[in-house]
Amino acid sequence: MELLTTLFSVSLGAILVNNFIFAQFLGICPFMGVSKKVDTALGMGVAVIFVMGVASAVCWPINNYILIPNKLVFMQTVTYILVIASLVQFVEMFLQKAVPTLYQALGVYLPLITTNCAVLGVVLQNTQNSYDFITSVVYGITGGIGFLIAIVLFASVRERLDVTMECPKAFEGFPIALITAGLLALAFMGFSGLKVV
Amino acid sequence: MNTVIMAVVVLGVIAAIFGLILAYASKVFAVEKDPREEAIAGCLPGANCGGCGYAGCGGYAAAVVKGEAPVNKCAAGGESVAAQIAEIMGVAAGDSVKMVAQVHCTGCGADKQKYTYIGVHDCLAAARLPGGGPLSCQYGCLGMGTCESVCPFDAIHVVDGVAKVDEDKCKACNQCVDICPRHIIALEPYKTKKHVTIPCSSKDKGPAVTKVCSNGCIGCSLCAKSCPKEAITMVDNLAHIDYDKCIGCGICAQKCPRKLITVDGKVPVVKPAAPKPAAPAGGVAAAAPAAAPKAETKE
Repeated sequence: MELLTTLFSVSLGAILVNNFIFAQFLGICPFMGVSKKVDTALGMGVAVIFVMGVASAVCWPINNYILIPNKLVFMQTVTYILVIASLVQFVEMFLQKAVPTLYQALGVYLPLITTNCAVLGVVLQNTQNSYDFITSVVYGITGGIGFLIAIVLFASVRERLDVTMECPKAFEGFPIALITAGLLALAFMGFSGLKVV
Repeated sequence: MNTVIMAVVVLGVIAAIFGLILAYASKVFAVEKDPREEAIAGCLPGANCGGCGYAGCGGYAAAVVKGEAPVNKCAAGGESVAAQIAEIMGVAAGDSVKMVAQVHCTGCGADKQKYTYIGVHDCLAAARLPGGGPLSCQYGCLGMGTCESVCPFDAIHVVDGVAKVDEDKCKACNQCVDICPRHIIALEPYKTKKHVTIPCSSKDKGPAVTKVCSNGCIGCSLCAKSCPKEAITMVDNLAHIDYDKCIGCGICAQKCPRKLITVDGKVPVVKPAAPKPAAPAGGVAAAAPAAAPKAETKE
Protein backbone atom coordinates (compact mmCIF):
# COMPACT_ATOMS: atom_id res chain seq x y z
CA MET A 1 0.00 0.00 0.00
CA GLU A 2 2.78 2.31 0.96
CA LEU A 3 4.50 1.54 -2.33
CA LEU A 4 1.34 2.45 -4.23
CA THR A 5 1.12 5.78 -2.42
CA THR A 6 4.75 6.51 -3.21
CA LEU A 7 4.24 5.56 -6.84
CA PHE A 8 1.15 7.73 -7.08
CA SER A 9 2.85 10.72 -5.58
CA VAL A 10 5.91 10.20 -7.79
CA SER A 11 3.69 9.94 -10.87
CA LEU A 12 1.69 13.02 -9.95
CA GLY A 13 4.90 14.90 -9.39
CA ALA A 14 6.42 13.81 -12.69
CA ILE A 15 3.33 14.51 -14.78
CA LEU A 16 2.03 17.73 -13.29
CA VAL A 17 3.95 19.35 -10.46
CA ASN A 18 7.49 18.82 -11.70
CA ASN A 19 6.64 18.50 -15.36
CA PHE A 20 9.90 18.09 -17.22
CA ILE A 21 9.07 20.75 -19.75
CA PHE A 22 7.07 23.33 -17.87
CA ALA A 23 8.56 23.13 -14.40
CA GLN A 24 12.11 21.88 -14.97
CA PHE A 25 12.67 23.23 -18.50
CA LEU A 26 14.37 20.03 -19.63
CA GLY A 27 14.04 18.68 -23.15
CA ILE A 28 13.12 21.99 -24.74
CA CYS A 29 14.82 21.15 -28.05
CA PRO A 30 12.40 18.44 -29.21
CA PHE A 31 9.61 20.33 -27.48
CA MET A 32 10.13 23.29 -29.81
CA GLY A 33 11.25 21.27 -32.81
CA VAL A 34 8.64 18.55 -33.15
CA SER A 35 5.57 20.45 -31.99
CA LYS A 36 4.33 21.77 -35.31
CA LYS A 37 1.82 18.98 -35.79
CA VAL A 38 -0.12 17.05 -33.18
CA ASP A 39 0.55 13.74 -34.94
CA THR A 40 4.32 14.01 -34.88
CA ALA A 41 4.21 15.48 -31.37
CA LEU A 42 2.29 12.41 -30.25
CA GLY A 43 4.88 10.14 -31.88
CA MET A 44 7.72 12.04 -30.27
CA GLY A 45 5.98 11.88 -26.88
CA VAL A 46 5.54 8.13 -27.13
CA ALA A 47 9.17 7.69 -28.19
CA VAL A 48 10.30 9.76 -25.22
CA ILE A 49 8.10 7.75 -22.82
CA PHE A 50 9.68 4.59 -24.16
CA VAL A 51 13.26 5.86 -24.00
CA MET A 52 12.78 7.37 -20.54
CA GLY A 53 11.21 4.20 -19.16
CA VAL A 54 13.84 1.88 -20.62
CA ALA A 55 16.67 4.25 -19.70
CA SER A 56 15.49 4.28 -16.09
CA ALA A 57 15.20 0.51 -16.08
CA VAL A 58 18.67 -0.02 -17.57
CA CYS A 59 20.47 2.69 -15.62
CA TRP A 60 19.18 1.59 -12.23
CA PRO A 61 20.95 -1.82 -12.16
CA ILE A 62 24.05 -0.35 -13.76
CA ASN A 63 24.19 2.29 -11.05
CA ASN A 64 23.36 -0.01 -8.14
CA TYR A 65 25.23 -3.17 -9.14
CA ILE A 66 28.18 -1.81 -11.09
CA LEU A 67 28.92 1.80 -10.26
CA ILE A 68 28.16 1.96 -6.52
CA PRO A 69 29.94 -1.30 -5.51
CA ASN A 70 33.00 -0.25 -7.51
CA LYS A 71 32.94 3.27 -6.02
CA LEU A 72 32.51 4.72 -9.48
CA VAL A 73 29.59 7.01 -8.71
CA PHE A 74 31.49 9.90 -10.33
CA MET A 75 31.11 8.03 -13.63
CA GLN A 76 27.31 8.28 -13.51
CA THR A 77 26.83 10.99 -16.08
CA VAL A 78 29.11 9.54 -18.72
CA THR A 79 27.72 6.03 -18.22
CA TYR A 80 24.15 7.28 -18.45
CA ILE A 81 24.94 9.16 -21.64
CA LEU A 82 26.42 5.99 -23.09
CA VAL A 83 23.32 4.00 -22.12
CA ILE A 84 20.92 6.60 -23.49
CA ALA A 85 22.83 7.00 -26.75
CA SER A 86 22.81 3.26 -27.34
CA LEU A 87 19.11 3.05 -26.47
CA VAL A 88 18.21 5.81 -28.88
CA GLN A 89 20.22 4.13 -31.62
CA PHE A 90 18.29 0.97 -30.89
CA VAL A 91 14.92 2.72 -30.92
CA GLU A 92 15.88 4.41 -34.19
CA MET A 93 16.71 1.11 -35.86
CA PHE A 94 13.55 -0.44 -34.51
CA LEU A 95 11.33 2.41 -35.70
CA GLN A 96 12.92 2.51 -39.14
CA LYS A 97 12.05 -1.13 -39.54
CA ALA A 98 8.70 -1.25 -37.78
CA VAL A 99 7.10 2.20 -38.22
CA PRO A 100 8.85 3.93 -41.14
CA THR A 101 6.25 6.70 -41.31
CA LEU A 102 6.82 7.70 -37.70
CA TYR A 103 10.56 7.40 -38.29
CA GLN A 104 10.33 9.89 -41.15
CA ALA A 105 8.03 12.22 -39.26
CA LEU A 106 10.40 12.40 -36.30
CA GLY A 107 13.32 12.97 -38.61
CA VAL A 108 16.39 14.52 -37.05
CA TYR A 109 14.71 14.88 -33.67
CA LEU A 110 14.82 11.18 -32.96
CA PRO A 111 18.64 11.07 -32.81
CA LEU A 112 18.36 14.26 -30.81
CA ILE A 113 16.68 12.33 -27.97
CA THR A 114 20.24 11.12 -27.43
CA THR A 115 21.18 14.52 -26.18
CA ASN A 116 17.75 15.18 -24.73
CA CYS A 117 18.44 16.45 -21.26
CA ALA A 118 15.02 15.27 -20.09
CA VAL A 119 16.13 11.67 -20.53
CA LEU A 120 19.46 12.26 -18.83
CA GLY A 121 17.61 14.31 -16.22
CA VAL A 122 15.22 11.53 -15.35
CA VAL A 123 17.96 8.97 -14.70
CA LEU A 124 20.07 11.44 -12.73
CA GLN A 125 17.07 12.38 -10.62
CA ASN A 126 16.36 8.70 -10.01
CA THR A 127 19.85 8.41 -8.54
CA GLN A 128 19.66 11.67 -6.61
CA ASN A 129 16.34 10.74 -5.01
CA SER A 130 17.65 7.17 -4.45
CA TYR A 131 14.47 5.65 -5.86
CA ASP A 132 14.20 1.87 -5.90
CA PHE A 133 13.88 0.01 -9.19
CA ILE A 134 10.09 0.14 -9.56
CA THR A 135 9.86 3.78 -8.53
CA SER A 136 12.65 4.63 -10.98
CA VAL A 137 10.85 3.00 -13.88
CA VAL A 138 7.54 4.60 -12.89
CA TYR A 139 9.23 7.97 -12.57
CA GLY A 140 10.77 7.51 -16.01
CA ILE A 141 7.51 6.53 -17.67
CA THR A 142 5.40 9.18 -15.96
CA GLY A 143 8.07 11.78 -16.72
CA GLY A 144 7.63 10.77 -20.34
CA ILE A 145 3.86 11.04 -20.00
CA GLY A 146 4.34 14.56 -18.64
CA PHE A 147 6.46 15.33 -21.69
CA LEU A 148 3.79 13.84 -23.96
CA ILE A 149 1.05 15.94 -22.38
CA ALA A 150 3.16 19.07 -22.63
CA ILE A 151 4.18 18.58 -26.25
CA VAL A 152 0.69 17.60 -27.44
CA LEU A 153 -0.91 20.58 -25.69
CA PHE A 154 1.71 22.84 -27.19
CA ALA A 155 1.38 21.35 -30.67
CA SER A 156 -2.40 21.88 -30.56
CA VAL A 157 -1.87 25.52 -29.72
CA ARG A 158 0.75 25.92 -32.43
CA GLU A 159 -1.47 24.36 -35.08
CA ARG A 160 -3.98 27.06 -34.29
CA LEU A 161 -1.35 29.77 -34.23
CA ASP A 162 -0.30 28.81 -37.74
CA VAL A 163 -3.73 29.48 -39.21
CA THR A 164 -4.50 32.72 -37.44
CA MET A 165 -3.10 35.75 -39.12
CA GLU A 166 -3.22 38.12 -36.19
CA CYS A 167 0.34 37.57 -35.09
CA PRO A 168 2.62 40.59 -35.58
CA LYS A 169 5.30 39.94 -38.17
CA ALA A 170 8.14 40.20 -35.68
CA PHE A 171 6.61 37.44 -33.57
CA GLU A 172 5.85 34.95 -36.32
CA GLY A 173 7.21 31.44 -35.92
CA PHE A 174 9.48 30.70 -32.98
CA PRO A 175 9.08 33.92 -30.98
CA ILE A 176 5.34 33.46 -30.57
CA ALA A 177 5.92 29.74 -29.94
CA LEU A 178 8.29 30.58 -27.09
CA ILE A 179 5.79 33.02 -25.63
CA THR A 180 3.09 30.36 -25.88
CA ALA A 181 5.37 27.90 -24.11
CA GLY A 182 5.92 30.46 -21.37
CA LEU A 183 2.18 30.96 -20.92
CA LEU A 184 1.63 27.20 -20.77
CA ALA A 185 4.38 26.96 -18.16
CA LEU A 186 2.60 29.67 -16.15
CA ALA A 187 -0.59 27.63 -16.34
CA PHE A 188 1.29 24.59 -15.07
CA MET A 189 2.47 26.63 -12.09
CA GLY A 190 -1.07 26.16 -10.86
CA PHE A 191 -0.15 22.58 -10.03
CA SER A 192 2.75 23.50 -7.78
CA GLY A 193 2.16 22.57 -4.20
CA LEU A 194 -0.06 19.64 -5.15
CA LYS A 195 0.84 16.85 -2.73
CA VAL A 196 -0.29 13.39 -1.81
CA VAL A 197 -0.35 13.34 1.95
CA MET B 1 45.26 4.39 -9.71
CA ASN B 2 43.00 1.41 -9.19
CA THR B 3 39.97 3.61 -9.50
CA VAL B 4 41.14 4.94 -12.82
CA ILE B 5 41.72 1.47 -14.23
CA MET B 6 38.42 0.31 -12.80
CA ALA B 7 36.61 3.24 -14.39
CA VAL B 8 38.16 2.57 -17.76
CA VAL B 9 37.43 -1.14 -17.58
CA VAL B 10 33.83 -0.74 -16.42
CA LEU B 11 32.98 1.88 -19.01
CA GLY B 12 34.78 -0.10 -21.69
CA VAL B 13 32.87 -3.28 -20.84
CA ILE B 14 29.52 -1.51 -20.75
CA ALA B 15 30.30 0.19 -24.07
CA ALA B 16 31.36 -3.12 -25.61
CA ILE B 17 28.14 -4.83 -24.47
CA PHE B 18 25.98 -2.07 -25.90
CA GLY B 19 28.06 -2.06 -29.06
CA LEU B 20 27.48 -5.78 -29.54
CA ILE B 21 23.74 -5.42 -28.88
CA LEU B 22 23.53 -2.60 -31.42
CA ALA B 23 25.55 -4.52 -33.97
CA TYR B 24 23.20 -7.46 -33.58
CA ALA B 25 20.14 -5.19 -33.71
CA SER B 26 21.35 -3.55 -36.90
CA LYS B 27 21.35 -6.99 -38.49
CA VAL B 28 17.91 -7.88 -37.15
CA PHE B 29 16.30 -4.58 -37.96
CA ALA B 30 18.17 -4.02 -41.20
CA VAL B 31 16.03 -2.18 -43.71
CA GLU B 32 16.73 -3.29 -47.24
CA LYS B 33 17.76 -0.05 -48.85
CA ASP B 34 17.99 0.12 -52.56
CA PRO B 35 21.61 0.93 -53.42
CA ARG B 36 20.27 3.12 -56.22
CA GLU B 37 18.65 5.37 -53.62
CA GLU B 38 22.02 6.30 -52.15
CA ALA B 39 23.52 6.71 -55.60
CA ILE B 40 20.73 9.13 -56.57
CA ALA B 41 21.01 11.03 -53.31
CA GLY B 42 24.71 11.32 -54.06
CA CYS B 43 24.25 13.13 -57.33
CA LEU B 44 21.48 15.45 -56.13
CA PRO B 45 22.58 18.94 -55.07
CA GLY B 46 21.80 18.18 -51.43
CA ALA B 47 20.35 21.61 -50.78
CA ASN B 48 17.05 20.08 -49.56
CA CYS B 49 15.18 22.98 -51.16
CA GLY B 50 11.99 20.95 -51.51
CA GLY B 51 11.37 22.29 -54.99
CA CYS B 52 10.57 18.77 -56.21
CA GLY B 53 7.72 18.51 -53.71
CA TYR B 54 9.40 15.88 -51.56
CA ALA B 55 10.89 16.21 -48.10
CA GLY B 56 14.44 17.02 -49.06
CA CYS B 57 16.80 15.35 -51.48
CA GLY B 58 16.62 12.03 -49.64
CA GLY B 59 12.85 11.94 -49.94
CA TYR B 60 13.04 12.64 -53.64
CA ALA B 61 15.69 9.95 -54.15
CA ALA B 62 13.44 7.43 -52.38
CA ALA B 63 10.47 8.47 -54.52
CA VAL B 64 12.48 8.09 -57.73
CA VAL B 65 13.58 4.60 -56.77
CA LYS B 66 9.99 3.66 -55.97
CA GLY B 67 8.99 4.95 -59.38
CA GLU B 68 6.72 7.62 -57.93
CA ALA B 69 8.72 10.55 -59.20
CA PRO B 70 10.16 11.30 -62.62
CA VAL B 71 13.93 11.57 -62.87
CA ASN B 72 13.87 15.17 -64.04
CA LYS B 73 12.09 16.74 -61.09
CA CYS B 74 15.15 18.35 -59.53
CA ALA B 75 14.86 21.93 -60.70
CA ALA B 76 17.99 23.11 -58.92
CA GLY B 77 20.16 20.38 -60.44
CA GLY B 78 18.80 20.83 -63.92
CA GLU B 79 19.43 18.61 -66.86
CA SER B 80 22.85 17.31 -65.84
CA VAL B 81 21.46 15.86 -62.62
CA ALA B 82 18.43 14.48 -64.46
CA ALA B 83 20.78 12.72 -66.88
CA GLN B 84 22.79 11.22 -64.02
CA ILE B 85 19.67 9.98 -62.25
CA ALA B 86 18.33 8.59 -65.50
CA GLU B 87 21.57 6.66 -65.95
CA ILE B 88 21.25 5.18 -62.46
CA MET B 89 17.63 4.26 -63.00
CA GLY B 90 18.32 2.98 -66.50
CA VAL B 91 15.66 5.08 -68.18
CA ALA B 92 15.81 7.82 -70.71
CA ALA B 93 15.77 11.25 -69.12
CA GLY B 94 13.02 12.18 -71.52
CA ASP B 95 12.88 15.49 -73.24
CA SER B 96 12.81 17.32 -69.96
CA VAL B 97 10.76 20.24 -71.17
CA LYS B 98 11.55 23.35 -69.20
CA MET B 99 8.53 24.33 -67.19
CA VAL B 100 7.87 27.84 -66.03
CA ALA B 101 5.22 29.31 -63.79
CA GLN B 102 2.67 31.47 -65.55
CA VAL B 103 0.41 33.96 -63.87
CA HIS B 104 -2.98 33.64 -65.47
CA CYS B 105 -3.99 37.24 -65.15
CA THR B 106 -3.01 40.28 -67.15
CA GLY B 107 -3.83 42.68 -64.35
CA CYS B 108 -6.01 44.74 -66.64
CA GLY B 109 -8.74 44.75 -64.02
CA ALA B 110 -6.38 45.84 -61.26
CA ASP B 111 -7.79 49.37 -61.12
CA LYS B 112 -11.33 48.10 -60.63
CA GLN B 113 -11.64 47.58 -56.91
CA LYS B 114 -14.76 46.90 -54.88
CA TYR B 115 -13.43 48.76 -51.88
CA THR B 116 -10.22 50.28 -50.64
CA TYR B 117 -8.10 47.74 -48.90
CA ILE B 118 -6.08 48.98 -45.98
CA GLY B 119 -4.42 46.09 -44.26
CA VAL B 120 -1.56 43.68 -44.29
CA HIS B 121 0.07 43.84 -47.70
CA ASP B 122 -0.36 40.15 -48.30
CA CYS B 123 -2.57 38.25 -50.73
CA LEU B 124 -3.39 35.53 -48.19
CA ALA B 125 -4.78 38.12 -45.80
CA ALA B 126 -6.64 40.05 -48.47
CA ALA B 127 -8.16 36.89 -49.94
CA ARG B 128 -9.85 36.17 -46.60
CA LEU B 129 -11.95 39.30 -46.81
CA PRO B 130 -15.57 39.20 -47.97
CA GLY B 131 -15.77 38.66 -51.72
CA GLY B 132 -12.30 37.18 -51.74
CA GLY B 133 -10.48 40.47 -51.60
CA PRO B 134 -10.83 44.04 -52.83
CA LEU B 135 -10.48 43.21 -56.52
CA SER B 136 -13.69 43.36 -58.53
CA CYS B 137 -12.65 40.34 -60.55
CA GLN B 138 -12.84 37.39 -58.22
CA TYR B 139 -10.31 35.45 -60.27
CA GLY B 140 -7.68 38.11 -60.79
CA CYS B 141 -4.25 38.66 -59.31
CA LEU B 142 -4.44 40.59 -56.04
CA GLY B 143 -0.97 41.96 -56.73
CA MET B 144 0.26 42.06 -53.15
CA GLY B 145 3.27 39.93 -53.91
CA THR B 146 2.87 36.89 -51.68
CA CYS B 147 4.28 34.87 -54.57
CA GLU B 148 7.16 37.30 -54.77
CA SER B 149 8.00 36.75 -51.13
CA VAL B 150 8.06 32.95 -51.39
CA CYS B 151 10.02 32.73 -54.63
CA PRO B 152 13.48 31.37 -53.79
CA PHE B 153 14.85 32.36 -57.19
CA ASP B 154 13.74 36.01 -57.37
CA ALA B 155 11.82 35.08 -60.52
CA ILE B 156 8.37 36.55 -59.88
CA HIS B 157 7.63 40.20 -59.32
CA VAL B 158 4.55 42.34 -59.06
CA VAL B 159 4.60 44.89 -61.85
CA ASP B 160 1.71 47.34 -62.18
CA GLY B 161 -0.48 45.36 -59.80
CA VAL B 162 0.02 41.96 -61.35
CA ALA B 163 2.60 39.26 -60.76
CA LYS B 164 4.93 38.59 -63.66
CA VAL B 165 7.28 35.63 -63.99
CA ASP B 166 10.81 36.01 -65.25
CA GLU B 167 10.98 32.91 -67.45
CA ASP B 168 14.77 32.76 -67.41
CA LYS B 169 15.02 32.75 -63.64
CA CYS B 170 12.00 30.54 -62.95
CA LYS B 171 12.98 27.03 -61.87
CA ALA B 172 9.42 25.68 -61.72
CA CYS B 173 9.69 24.93 -58.02
CA ASN B 174 5.94 25.35 -57.48
CA GLN B 175 6.28 27.61 -54.44
CA CYS B 176 4.26 30.46 -55.96
CA VAL B 177 1.74 28.00 -57.42
CA ASP B 178 1.10 26.60 -53.97
CA ILE B 179 0.90 29.89 -52.08
CA CYS B 180 -1.36 31.86 -54.43
CA PRO B 181 -4.77 32.13 -52.73
CA ARG B 182 -6.40 32.73 -56.09
CA HIS B 183 -4.80 29.64 -57.66
CA ILE B 184 -4.03 31.56 -60.82
CA ILE B 185 -0.41 30.51 -61.15
CA ALA B 186 0.31 27.26 -62.94
CA LEU B 187 3.30 25.57 -64.45
CA GLU B 188 3.37 25.47 -68.23
CA PRO B 189 5.87 23.82 -70.53
CA TYR B 190 8.00 26.60 -71.89
CA LYS B 191 8.88 25.98 -75.47
CA THR B 192 11.93 27.79 -76.66
CA LYS B 193 10.28 28.47 -80.00
CA LYS B 194 6.96 29.99 -79.15
CA HIS B 195 5.10 29.87 -75.90
CA VAL B 196 1.41 30.50 -76.23
CA THR B 197 -0.47 31.28 -73.04
CA ILE B 198 -3.92 32.45 -72.05
CA PRO B 199 -3.34 34.73 -69.08
CA CYS B 200 -6.81 34.73 -67.58
CA SER B 201 -8.48 32.61 -64.93
CA SER B 202 -11.99 34.04 -65.01
CA LYS B 203 -14.75 31.48 -65.12
CA ASP B 204 -17.38 34.19 -65.35
CA LYS B 205 -19.56 34.65 -68.40
CA GLY B 206 -18.68 37.29 -70.96
CA PRO B 207 -20.70 40.28 -69.69
CA ALA B 208 -19.50 39.78 -66.13
CA VAL B 209 -15.90 39.67 -67.31
CA THR B 210 -16.17 42.83 -69.42
CA LYS B 211 -17.47 44.70 -66.38
CA VAL B 212 -14.39 44.01 -64.28
CA CYS B 213 -11.59 43.64 -66.79
CA SER B 214 -10.60 45.11 -70.12
CA ASN B 215 -9.17 41.97 -71.65
CA GLY B 216 -10.25 38.93 -69.64
CA CYS B 217 -11.44 35.79 -71.41
CA ILE B 218 -15.12 36.08 -72.22
CA GLY B 219 -15.42 32.49 -73.29
CA CYS B 220 -16.27 33.31 -76.94
CA SER B 221 -14.39 30.15 -78.03
CA LEU B 222 -13.05 31.84 -81.19
CA CYS B 223 -9.60 30.57 -80.30
CA ALA B 224 -10.84 27.04 -79.84
CA LYS B 225 -12.56 27.14 -83.21
CA SER B 226 -9.57 28.65 -84.97
CA CYS B 227 -6.95 26.27 -83.58
CA PRO B 228 -5.73 23.96 -86.37
CA LYS B 229 -4.65 21.31 -83.86
CA GLU B 230 -7.73 21.45 -81.63
CA ALA B 231 -5.43 22.20 -78.74
CA ILE B 232 -7.78 24.68 -77.08
CA THR B 233 -10.79 23.57 -75.09
CA MET B 234 -13.40 25.65 -73.33
CA VAL B 235 -13.98 24.80 -69.67
CA ASP B 236 -16.24 27.01 -67.54
CA ASN B 237 -16.15 29.94 -69.99
CA LEU B 238 -12.40 29.85 -70.04
CA ALA B 239 -10.05 28.69 -72.79
CA HIS B 240 -7.43 26.10 -71.90
CA ILE B 241 -4.43 25.11 -74.00
CA ASP B 242 -3.34 21.51 -74.21
CA TYR B 243 0.40 21.95 -74.55
CA ASP B 244 0.88 18.45 -75.92
CA LYS B 245 -1.04 19.54 -78.98
CA CYS B 246 -0.08 23.20 -79.23
CA ILE B 247 2.39 23.94 -82.02
CA GLY B 248 2.80 27.61 -81.19
CA CYS B 249 1.30 28.86 -84.45
CA GLY B 250 -0.32 31.79 -82.69
CA ILE B 251 -3.50 31.78 -84.78
CA CYS B 252 -5.58 31.79 -81.60
CA ALA B 253 -3.75 34.88 -80.43
CA GLN B 254 -4.57 36.66 -83.66
CA LYS B 255 -8.21 35.66 -83.48
CA CYS B 256 -8.74 36.59 -79.84
CA PRO B 257 -11.09 39.59 -79.79
CA ARG B 258 -9.86 40.52 -76.32
CA LYS B 259 -6.16 40.62 -77.28
CA LEU B 260 -5.62 38.28 -74.36
CA ILE B 261 -3.66 35.35 -75.75
CA THR B 262 0.05 35.98 -75.93
CA VAL B 263 2.87 34.36 -77.87
CA ASP B 264 6.21 34.59 -76.07
CA GLY B 265 4.66 37.12 -73.73
CA LYS B 266 3.47 39.45 -76.50
CA VAL B 267 0.12 39.92 -78.12
CA PRO B 268 0.94 39.31 -81.79
CA VAL B 269 0.46 42.11 -84.25
CA VAL B 270 -2.51 41.18 -86.33
CA LYS B 271 -1.79 40.94 -90.02
CA PRO B 272 -3.99 43.40 -91.90
CA ALA B 273 -5.28 40.90 -94.44
CA ALA B 274 -6.50 38.09 -92.27
CA PRO B 275 -8.49 39.69 -89.47
CA LYS B 276 -10.67 42.02 -91.54
CA PRO B 277 -13.25 39.42 -92.45
CA ALA B 278 -12.69 37.63 -89.17
CA ALA B 279 -13.18 40.52 -86.79
CA PRO B 280 -16.79 41.37 -87.69
CA ALA B 281 -17.55 37.66 -87.62
CA GLY B 282 -16.31 37.61 -84.07
CA GLY B 283 -19.06 40.03 -83.22
CA VAL B 284 -16.86 42.29 -81.16
CA ALA B 285 -16.82 45.51 -83.07
CA ALA B 286 -14.74 47.38 -80.57
CA ALA B 287 -11.75 45.14 -81.05
CA ALA B 288 -11.45 45.53 -84.80
CA PRO B 289 -10.89 49.30 -85.08
CA ALA B 290 -8.56 49.17 -82.15
CA ALA B 291 -6.53 46.49 -83.80
CA ALA B 292 -6.37 47.97 -87.27
CA PRO B 293 -4.43 51.17 -86.55
CA LYS B 294 -2.11 49.25 -84.27
CA ALA B 295 -1.37 46.83 -87.07
CA GLU B 296 -0.73 49.60 -89.54
CA THR B 297 1.73 51.44 -87.37
CA LYS B 298 3.74 48.31 -86.71
CA GLU B 299 3.88 47.10 -90.28
